[in-house]
Parts: sequence; structure tokens; C-alpha cells
Amino acid sequence: MAEVQLKNFTMNFGPQHPAAHGVLRLVLEMDGEVVERADPHIGLLHRGTEKLIEYKTYLQAVPYFDRLDYVAPMNQEHAYALAVEKLLGLEVPARGQAIRVLYAEIGRILNHLLNITTFALDVGAMTPLLWAFEEREKLMEFYERVSGARLHAAYFRPGGVSQDLPPRLVDDIRDWAAAFPRIVDDIERLLTDNRIFRQRTVDIGIATSAEALDWGFSGPMLRGSGVAWDLRKAQPYDGYEKYDFDIPVGKNGDCFDRYMVRMEEMRQSLRIMDQVLKQLPSGPVKVNDRKIAPPPRAEMKRSMEALIHHFKLYTEGYHVPPGETYTAVEAPKGEFAVYLVSDGTNRPYRCKIRAPGFAFMAAMDFLAKGHMLADVVAIIGSMDIVFGEVDR
Amino acid sequence: MKIPATELAALKDLADRAMAALPQDVLGCDMVLGELIVTSRPSSIVKVLTWLRDDPSALFKALVDICGADYPERETRFEVVYNLLSVKHNRRARVKVMTDETMPVPSVTGVFSSANWYERETWDLYGVFFSDHPDLRRILTDYGFEGHPLRKDFPLTGYVEVRYDTEQKRVVYEPVKLTQDFRTFDFLSPWEGMTPDLPSVVLPGDEKATPPAAAAAPQPAPKS
Repeated sequence: MAEVQLKNFTMNFGPQHPAAHGVLRLVLEMDGEVVERADPHIGLLHRGTEKLIEYKTYLQAVPYFDRLDYVAPMNQEHAYALAVEKLLGLEVPARGQAIRVLYAEIGRILNHLLNITTFALDVGAMTPLLWAFEEREKLMEFYERVSGARLHAAYFRPGGVSQDLPPRLVDDIRDWAAAFPRIVDDIERLLTDNRIFRQRTVDIGIATSAEALDWGFSGPMLRGSGVAWDLRKAQPYDGYEKYDFDIPVGKNGDCFDRYMVRMEEMRQSLRIMDQVLKQLPSGPVKVNDRKIAPPPRAEMKRSMEALIHHFKLYTEGYHVPPGETYTAVEAPKGEFAVYLVSDGTNRPYRCKIRAPGFAFMAAMDFLAKGHMLADVVAIIGSMDIVFGEVDR
Repeated sequence: MKIPATELAALKDLADRAMAALPQDVLGCDMVLGELIVTSRPSSIVKVLTWLRDDPSALFKALVDICGADYPERETRFEVVYNLLSVKHNRRARVKVMTDETMPVPSVTGVFSSANWYERETWDLYGVFFSDHPDLRRILTDYGFEGHPLRKDFPLTGYVEVRYDTEQKRVVYEPVKLTQDFRTFDFLSPWEGMTPDLPSVVLPGDEKATPPAAAAAPQPAPKS
């Protein structure tokens, strides 16, 4: 038999591919069906957020954070608000903190519903997506009722939240939370023991706990590899230490374990929401400092002072004392952090956004090497990539 | 988020250990808002990060972020900031390196795999060169982009804009044309002493608000 010259060939995956979860261009070097090297090209959604923030006041920068990970917008605002509060030395009132926790957990469920079900869609299961999107719609309604916007809420602001919960919203969230576990069970029944789903995900894209730390993983990607690390427990913020919840941990660090971790995290989020709703404190939702938070509308109609404060806050904004901080929150995808440098003026001097997805994407070559082409899709799905935050 | 005193003491202790272990390489340790900042000599960054990763008192096994920052008024204008996380001790630390446009910083991809893309990003946005980096390409900006957009002297609007040309049937690059002047509002104003600890932002007329103590206070006549 004649000797055959075999040549690796290069394949373009995306940027227009539904399983690329947005605008990922993945250049794959293939040896037949096997991936030899994966080179993700990111930046197709780069909007220069960090540069833009340097030209905005501290308050004007808030809406940019909604547009990073647009699947769970409020969790990003949370990191920014905490960073600014740390520089200002503020403490948010108890009710403001509880509302933030409530909405951060709603954001987590929003994110996991989207991720789990699109991941399932990528590997061949259509139904969970349709069920989950119905629930997502209800959750986004809660976003809308509290902030006026389904997605780009701009609700968590330095000093608290922009406004108090409207009447009856608490009851509606409670009703929803009572019905939701059934949906989780239904989705789980379709996927967890599904033979095809398991064939596609078990032992795919394995990262040991040491490798996961080395690659800077966080969130479910790290917990899936067996590291019990959750910033809500380890470095609690906004009163997370008051709530009772567990951290699910995976054993094998493969795509299936990451799915299982996310599934359990939704149930734990429900537990936290339950506790928040039971012991929701009364009182103000933002700091009572007119130099930081605007006065109530009614006061502005009568008080000249309040009117001046309102005007100054929405033109000049507040000044933040010089300093720098790296403040992180446990966003649904992992450690989302803001490195904020202030020079004492009304604009951030430098605002670096640390997105969890960026570190996952960087490990693409490491995770996909030696796998089949179809497994690349499963790995991307289990990484929980949203390009808004990776490209910034 | 109050930081307990024991934690602050532990960070101070860690800073002292680092200074003692690497006296030639660590230039200084600061605590800002309860966060530890280690300043390293640029040429020793690999050594410092390796020590922080492996020393039992530190064990910063995860490099969560690298970013640049631009301070044009300084002699070495760029800062490269490494943010570390120790899962074992539940602690964070920040390592800083000062550099300029020409001085390369040794790459730490050999110490932490995650450094690869973060260094590419810093190179792309600030133009800080990392020596020995395996694959130092641009990452976030467009293919064939020129300049380093996060530098303070790079304009917010950029230099080129793209559009699809229907006659040439392709995307073309053109110099930026603004239909109205670029507007930047400086809202700094003397509002109730908002800038008390910032002598650099004294606004016109502001100096009248705080008369120099010596001149304003009437001196009692010395009794002889």
C-alpha cells in the first residue's frame, strides 16, 4: 500500500455559529475528527467599556455593567457598587442589602436557566430550553417591576438600590419561588439520567482542582473540579453570612459535574431567596447621605436644598477619595471583579473589569486538546460563556 | 465589609515575610483599604510571583487578573497589576510593577497559565511588552489595529471608523469624522468642599473659601 501523506487541516468555528454562544471565532487545527489545537479569537464584541467608563461619572458608569454579562445584569452592577462603596467608606442600610441579595440570587437563577438549557440544546435536547425561557420571562418581569427594565436595569447603585420594592412584589416572588422547584425537577428529569446527555458530557473537558486554579477558574467551573470555594461564603458581602446555604461541589471536573453544580446552585439560590423574603427588614434602601444618594422625589418639590443636591448629583456627581480597590463578587459565572482606581475626582481613573468568562476562554486550548470536534461544543456550553463580558 | 484586625495583622505579617525572603526584589509593601500591595522590581516579577505561589505562608495558587494602568505624568508611566488569590488562606494580594513603553516585563506564563491571555490583553490595550511570552498577539482589538487604546493619550473616539461600502462590496476603514465636535463636560465645581483633600483641583475662586490661617486669624498683640 502506498504511503499516504496526512495533513492537519484548519477549521473555522464561528463567529456565526449558534453553538458558539455569540461571536466566538474558534480556529481549530484538526487531525481528522480530533482537535490538535484550539485558538479562540475574541474581541469581536469589544466596545471599549473600560475606556468609556473613564470618561463618565461614577453613576453614569453603572449602566455599562448591565451590558457586560447581559444574562444576569444585576450581579455585575453589584461588584461595581461594592467597589465604589469601599472607596467611599459607605455601609448600605439593611433593607438595601437584603434587596440586593434577593436580586443577585434572581440573577443567578436567570443565568443558570439560560446556561443549562442552551448547553442541553447544544448537545441535542430542545425541550428544557423552552421550559426555562418561560421561567426566565417571569423573572425578568420581576426585574421590570423593580427597575422599569427587563434587562438593563441599572438598579444596584453605589449607596444602595435605586428604589424600594413596589407593593405586592414580595408576594409574587414568593409565589413564584414556591412553584419553581417543580420546574427544576422537570428539567433535571429530562437531563440528568438522559443517556445521550451523559454520553456527550461525562469525562469531557476535565480539569483537576490544581489545573482549575492555575487557569484562574472560578464559580461553577472551579467547584465542578472539587474546590469548595464560593465568595459568598469565603468573603461574604452585603450580609450573605446571615443566610444558610450549601456549596455544591463536583468530583471529576468534567462538563457533567459543572452542569450538576449549576443545577444544585439554583436550589440553593431559592433557599437564600426564601430566607430573604422571610426576614426582609424595613427601613431605607439607600444611604441617607445627600452627597451620594439623591433625595426622594417628594422632598424635591418642597425643599430647595434637595433640588440643588439632585441637580448636582446628576451633573457633577460625587467625588470619590483617592485610592484603589479590587472588589469581587460571586457572579453566576464565577468571580466577577472590578479593579477601581480613583484619583479624587468625579470620574474613575481606571476601571478594570475582571470577567470570569475571559479566564475560561483562555483555557479553551487546554480543555479541548485531544477531544473530538463535537466535544468542543459541549465544552463551550459548559463554560458558560457570554461574549458581552469576555470582550468588554 | 469590615476587615477583622486579625486578618490585617496576617497580611502585615505576610508582607514582612516577603520583604525578608526577597529583599532584593520587593521594593515595598503597602496596605490600602485593607488590601495588600506588593511592589516588585520588574526584572524579578517571576521570582516574586513564584515565591508568593509556593511559600507556605502565602500559597497564592490562582492569578485571577493582570491589568495595566497608565499614569502619563510619572517617569515610568505604566503599572502592571497582578491580582492573586489564595484559596487556602482565603486571602488576596496585589503585586505591582512599574514600566514604560520600551522596558519589557518578563512574562509569568511559566508560573501561572492564566497569565497568557491577561498579558496579551495588557499588551493590546497599553503596549506593555512582555518578554518570553509564547504568543504575544493582540486579543481584544480589531485585526490590524494600530495603537494602544487604553493609554490616556489615545482619544476616546479613536482614529478610524469602519463602514460597509456597497460599491466595493467590502468593509472599508476611514479616518473618524465626527458630525459634531467631541463634547466633554467638566463638571468639577466647588460644591461644599467636595475636594478637600485634593489640592490639585483648586478651582477658580475656590481659594477665597479657605483663607490662609496665618493671614485670616487676627494675631493677638504680643504683650511685652
